[in-house]
Amino acid sequence: MPESNGFHRFKGTAGYIASGPLVDAVNCAVALERPLLIKGEPGTGKTLLAKHVADGLEMPMLSWHIKSTSKAADGLYVYDTVQRLNDSRFGGGNVADINHYIKLGPLGQAFAATERHVLLIDEIDKADLEFPNDLLRELDEMRFTVTETGAEVVAEKRPVVVITSNNEKELPDAFLRRCIFHFIEFPDAPLMRQIVDVHHPHLDAALLDQVLIKFYWLREQNELRKKPSTSELIDWISALLRAGVSKEQIEGHIPFIGALLKKEQDADALQRYDTKGGDYPTRWSDLGPRYNQ
Amino acid sequence: MFLDLFYGLREEGVPVALQEWMTFLTALRQGLHGSSLLRFYHLARACLVKSETYFDAFDRVFAHVFQGVEGALDDIADEVLKWLADPKNFPNLSPEELAALERLSADELMQRFLETLAKQTERHDGGDRWVGTGGRSPYGHGGQHPTGIRVGGQGGGRSAMKVAGERRFRDYRTDVALDNRQMRVALRRLRQLTRTGLETELDLDETVDETCRNAGEIELVFRAPRKNDVRLLLLMDVGGTMDPYFEPVSHLLTALHEERGLREFRPYYFHNCVYDQVYSRARLTRADAIPTADVLRRLDDRWKLAIVGDAAMHPSELLDAHGGINPHATSATSGIAWLHRLAAHFERAVWINPDDAALWDQTYTTRLVRRLFPMFHLSVDGLGDAVQALVGARA
Repeated sequence: MPESNGFHRFKGTAGYIASGPLVDAVNCAVALERPLLIKGEPGTGKTLLAKHVADGLEMPMLSWHIKSTSKAADGLYVYDTVQRLNDSRFGGGNVADINHYIKLGPLGQAFAATERHVLLIDEIDKADLEFPNDLLRELDEMRFTVTETGAEVVAEKRPVVVITSNNEKELPDAFLRRCIFHFIEFPDAPLMRQIVDVHHPHLDAALLDQVLIKFYWLREQNELRKKPSTSELIDWISALLRAGVSKEQIEGHIPFIGALLKKEQDADALQRYDTKGGDYPTRWSDLGPRYNQ
Repeated sequence: MFLDLFYGLREEGVPVALQEWMTFLTALRQGLHGSSLLRFYHLARACLVKSETYFDAFDRVFAHVFQGVEGALDDIADEVLKWLADPKNFPNLSPEELAALERLSADELMQRFLETLAKQTERHDGGDRWVGTGGRSPYGHGGQHPTGIRVGGQGGGRSAMKVAGERRFRDYRTDVALDNRQMRVALRRLRQLTRTGLETELDLDETVDETCRNAGEIELVFRAPRKNDVRLLLLMDVGGTMDPYFEPVSHLLTALHEERGLREFRPYYFHNCVYDQVYSRARLTRADAIPTADVLRRLDDRWKLAIVGDAAMHPSELLDAHGGINPHATSATSGIAWLHRLAAHFERAVWINPDDAALWDQTYTTRLVRRLFPMFHLSVDGLGDAVQALVGARA
């Protein structure tokens, strides 16, 4: 019984810290040639994952960013009727050859390529409710027919499909059944340290401690309308470093709060807390038991 | 025993189909779980569960099915370990068999899976549950090396059982948790798209057809953009027994106000039951009163009606004339008569009840109200069903 099929295993890259379960899910999707569906809080690196899967597996990447107007067929190919009509009336172009007016979409390009690609279908929930259902057959069989020319596009190398969703709409069951699913949990403090280290190497450990304590404390505040996420933490640290803020300065309050809190009400609430002389935690033990294991 | 996981998940309402199960078995056959129970757990979850809202149910089932696995490990006799270590004991499949397997229909495969399972139980009776999990079926092959079960995960020594036992995903359960955003997701289905109004959108397909018919002279065809045609009347019970539900109800109201897609939306308030008047503001003063009859006259049956309330009150408040307890407004018509009129007037109406569904039948008035309106729980799932009842195809 083969332990592994000898496929290239994804292990995370220098620029992306992936948790163990995420690595397993990626490898599972790669090995089984199933689409990988990634959900998670905004700012946990769903979209970045595809790029780093491509880097890690040394495959080229194609992205398809879904909008509310996207149609499933657009991902396969677009028949530019208007251009052809225009050419036929005013000359120019090879009107007789319909192939000139067939433009492959990202999915079509991934199928047609001779090399195995990583295909990112970003924010699939933005599209119409029926959108995922329209892709079922194409994702299953990795082939489609261009109706206008009768040509069939068959994937020689099945692309690694990474799909992200922000949960704005429920995805249909039939679609879900075909996917490998992973939910990116919000990183805990040790993982967050590694993530910060990737973006801001050689950060003073004591400073980082203070930064993370403040960050997780903010996230614990249930009154906040929008909790700060990883990407906001990274931005915040950049701001702190540029301004040369010292460890002592963030012990007593939270500078550059605009980098962390994006809702006006949240920033106001914190401002009021600050002026009332509210306490900020300075040690991990000031946070809940979850942080003190 | 291994199948307990599958059926356990189904019993818990996790939508696992055979297709996912086969995916999982294929993954196991490829050895993707490595040699640890924790990775086995993650692999099973990635393959079988497709929404974080079911993670909690998955954790519960996993913990139940594989409970005692770690403890029992100490009791596994050496011979079992040897049996596991000897690759001869795994019913290996030749490439031909594998190919044949792939051609089998899913049902047959399941049948085969069950048979194999049964056969091996006989041959190797009594074995530990975990051994069964790891080695009893050719599909479920894995032969997890038992020493690998206690895993040094990243957090340092966390095992799958502990991960499952922690139930960190409790917050994501849709049947309990509710927040504004989840409500908006549930309410997003509250739409019926129709083309009405000005023809401002270029209809490309029609344009091409018309142009062809016109011998190549371009003929532009416009059509009206698609718009949501749902008009919603919301009647909300406020005060008294509804006070504990202030938060979810206000979330619902915010979500509906923010749902820009609705063609028209009107909220009115009442206390305990609808009588001769409803109120445009939640403080229910006489200045805000609007005759219920006027509301019915102005809104035709294309409107959808949603009533939010616990439907629990004193029977006389529902059944008697002048039953209302608001001293400012007396009502010659009983509450139940008004509810009858509302139910008859609107083609589609639902009652959304924040009380736990188990309590509904214990209250006399709730039972009466349920005969008039389909009742749904104020949760993400319930709201989804309610929306379905308002705009979905008729059952």
